[in-house]
Amino acid sequence: MNVAAAGYDVDLVRADFPILSRRLADNHPLVYLDSANTSHKPQVVIDALSDHYRLHNSNVGRAVHQLGDAATVAYEQARAKVAGFVGAREPAEVVFAKNATEALNLVANVLSWAGGEDAVGPGDEVVITEMEHHSNIVPWQLLCERTGATLRWFGLTDEGRLDLSDVGAVITARTKVVSVAWVSNMLGTVNPVAEIARRAHEVGALVVLDASQAVPQLPVDVTATGADFVAFTGHKMIGPTGIGVLWGRRELLDRLPPFLGGGSMIETVRMERSTWAPPPAKYEAGTPPIAQAIGLGVAVDYLAELGMAAVAAHEQAITAYALEGLGTIGGVTVLGPTEAVDRGGAVSFVVDGVHPHDVSQVLDSFGVAVRAGHHCAKPAHARFGVQSSTRASAYLYTTKAEIDALVDGIHRVRKFFKVA
Amino acid sequence: MNDLDTLYQEIILDHYRSPHHAGLREPYEAETHHVNPTCGDEVTLRVHLDGDTVADVSYDAEGCSISQAATSVMTDLVVGRQLTDALSLHDEFLELMQGRGTVEPDEDRLEDAVAFAGVAKFPTRIKCALLGWMAWKDAVARATAGQEDR
Repeated sequence: MNVAAAGYDVDLVRADFPILSRRLADNHPLVYLDSANTSHKPQVVIDALSDHYRLHNSNVGRAVHQLGDAATVAYEQARAKVAGFVGAREPAEVVFAKNATEALNLVANVLSWAGGEDAVGPGDEVVITEMEHHSNIVPWQLLCERTGATLRWFGLTDEGRLDLSDVGAVITARTKVVSVAWVSNMLGTVNPVAEIARRAHEVGALVVLDASQAVPQLPVDVTATGADFVAFTGHKMIGPTGIGVLWGRRELLDRLPPFLGGGSMIETVRMERSTWAPPPAKYEAGTPPIAQAIGLGVAVDYLAELGMAAVAAHEQAITAYALEGLGTIGGVTVLGPTEAVDRGGAVSFVVDGVHPHDVSQVLDSFGVAVRAGHHCAKPAHARFGVQSSTRASAYLYTTKAEIDALVDGIHRVRKFFKVA
Repeated sequence: MNDLDTLYQEIILDHYRSPHHAGLREPYEAETHHVNPTCGDEVTLRVHLDGDTVADVSYDAEGCSISQAATSVMTDLVVGRQLTDALSLHDEFLELMQGRGTVEPDEDRLEDAVAFAGVAKFPTRIKCALLGWMAWKDAVARATAGQEDR
């Protein structure tokens, strides 16, 4: 792979992803437009998992033997790679979790247990938005139930942007935490997270970003966002499943209580009480997802070599092409911004008279894989008066020909259900 | 017939476009609300029993063609039928759905519901076809439990 040097050549990229050349039922080629759900993996990531188990398999941080050394070094190198990729000040600010959901739950839980200046209680408020994935709603609802704090949220404009017209009324002196999606998994909206972080910090609130859809497709500098915590997941950024990341500011990771208790997270254990290891180990109890972390490190190398600016430019071009194509079909309404400005690659839409399940079932019969349903964003669907939608989501390997196949497929869906 | 036409039989599409017994009506002894959490399909369903007879089934549903049509076909089958017989129809439809396409449906018994035989080959859609039936069975259980209490 030497794509960066040659300019962005999507065919060269595709050659690195074995699954993209497989055939489906009736010998249809795979048209994979479900990358916001999970991305495919390049051969180098697949090889990294296999090589780890074939050559270096051992537990990390404890075994005094050559394999243990190799596994520990590879695991910590992966952490350093991820830290560099997102602009962390030091690798210790990168905590490995099993996914973004666990990373967000980690923050919500330790804040519910925190004392002193971090304590959350009655009279305090937690601010989220109406466009969040359920994994950035439910943990905060649980936090509020447990602490007596109040949940508040930003609404959405008809275009699918955050309605920040009343920001001063939503983020107030009572606000303790503001947790926002950087890029919406349903509407595709890219939110002005640095501005939101600035407003939140003015009132002394902590800022958490759900960057699950952002880190895969945008150049990311966590410190430039002004956030205190940033959560994302490996499997949406060409890495393995089972590995997520919580980046946190070091002083907060030092100060807040631990999440899960167990091996690896301790400094010393006596029967009466224990003390904690410094971060990141403090937040990584038990044997971590070792192979998956190493695989994520290789994924990050791959993305860095492509160049995230090039990935983002490709994503934007494909998204613009998809929005244009969908705009030509009668009876199709896009939910979310209809121009590829401050917009990620997830495009959700409704087809008048055809339920999203039926849309995706018929598209699947042509080999076009999209997602149908509420995409774990029921409140955002309710905001737009629909129960569910069909979502096409592109990524670094998506071609214009695949978007053409989608558009052609939707025409055939409408004909099949006699709504054309 | 290709797989897609097997799944979307014309009878199913007809019921989807013009569902039978739709809307919520009085009287009723039990009302249930069932949701398919993975896709968000929902049905609110009421059962009215007159002695041992299913006198009415009314519902308000939002969902795909398969779940809408299956609920419509179900009401045709169970309304006016003896409760025990209607419950055994539920079992027969469930067996058809879980049979991975190997169960030969009895058209005399299942009538329009035989059109759902093709759904059994699409594992992700079986729960769609069963949503209304599950809500009905639950409502019947609640309605009859209420009778026993009295």
